Amino acid sequence: MDRSMVDLWVGLFVAVGIGALLFLALKAGNVDSIIKSEGYSVSAEFDNIGGLKAKAPVKSAGVIVGRVSSVNFSNQSLRAVVKLDLNKRFQFPKDSSASILTAGLLGDQFVGIDPGGSLENLVAGDRLRITQSAIVLEKVIGQFLYGKMSETNSD
Amino acid sequence: MTLITRILSKIGSATVDAVWTLGTASVFIFRVLSRSAIVLRRPRLLVAEMHFAGVLSLVIIIVSGLFVGLVLGLQGYETLKRYGSTGAVGTLVALSLVRELGPVVSALLFASRAGSAITAEIGIMKTTEQLSAMEMMAVDPHARVVAPMFWGGFLSMPLLAAIFSAMGIIGGYLITVVVIGVDSGAFWSQMQASVDFHHDILNGVIKSIVFGAAVSSIAVYEGYASVPTAEGVSRAVTRTVVTSALAVLALDFVLTAFMFTGVH
Repeated sequence: MDRSMVDLWVGLFVAVGIGALLFLALKAGNVDSIIKSEGYSVSAEFDNIGGLKAKAPVKSAGVIVGRVSSVNFSNQSLRAVVKLDLNKRFQFPKDSSASILTAGLLGDQFVGIDPGGSLENLVAGDRLRITQSAIVLEKVIGQFLYGKMSETNSD
Repeated sequence: MTLITRILSKIGSATVDAVWTLGTASVFIFRVLSRSAIVLRRPRLLVAEMHFAGVLSLVIIIVSGLFVGLVLGLQGYETLKRYGSTGAVGTLVALSLVRELGPVVSALLFASRAGSAITAEIGIMKTTEQLSAMEMMAVDPHARVVAPMFWGGFLSMPLLAAIFSAMGIIGGYLITVVVIGVDSGAFWSQMQASVDFHHDILNGVIKSIVFGAAVSSIAVYEGYASVPTAEGVSRAVTRTVVTSALAVLALDFVLTAFMFTGVH
């Protein structure tokens, strides 16, 4: 089979194009999102989740250990139910607590896990008993103003 | 009264005409697709068209991508500087390129560079009666001429869009990290933290595939349907570029509404 210069150029073009796609996938995007790592799912109930969305990171000691898979409202407990997909590599004691935190002052919200002291580890389907809701800025400001007012009244 | 009826009849005939054209174009594209097996039987035809539509568009795509990235980096840096979060400039450059500018701008460039040439080539083949001569020799011009051109453009477009986005990110890196001095680690890590493979990169590729199909269809149809005169071919080329640009922007709106809004 004879080969011409045109074939070489088209081959080069296709190679560069696929290379560009790989560059976008590996260098600009994160590889972790391509390879779905094995994990286990636990849930937690919160009084108020603030602006937490699905796909938000789950962090423990600042390290990303999983993702929020879904956010729902429970008709039974009248609270928000958050499902967390945790990476299998990370194990937490059964009495760990979950809290909703904010990255920086105006950043995105994420779930933080504080490990407890139990000897047993969390397994798939478990529920985190101790939770702390998101801090709602309006409530904090309201409490602050209320505190200031009672301060001036007592003077 | 006569003026009003005249205007109304003009609008009516223009509408009927537009729907008619849409129907003819659909039938034509379907006919081309149904005779595309030749592309597999004689891949050399496809390679030649990919060289024409893809390789020869590389220079304009690479240079434009680089400059778009440079401008995005510069503008993003100037804006983010006010909030003290210049590290997020990588996120801004990558997301705007991968989601929008990469597919859209490369489709517009592709329409003006390759789409116009495809229309002109088919139009002139029609004017000089080469297409009729093929039919006389029992060679189907839909299969021999149009199908390879369509598939060449269709396959080149996603690759060109990916190259455009990659060059843009390199351009943004050059201006913000190398020239201005934004921290290189922050640039890449913030980009990687916010660019999702499925949600951003894959949706961008889907966009470029849709745009490739739209621009290639418009280009081959306008060429095949052109009036076989010098003036007719020049009008067809103009229509290709204008219709492609409008189609790409309208499709982009629809696709963006599907992909990047709502619950996720």
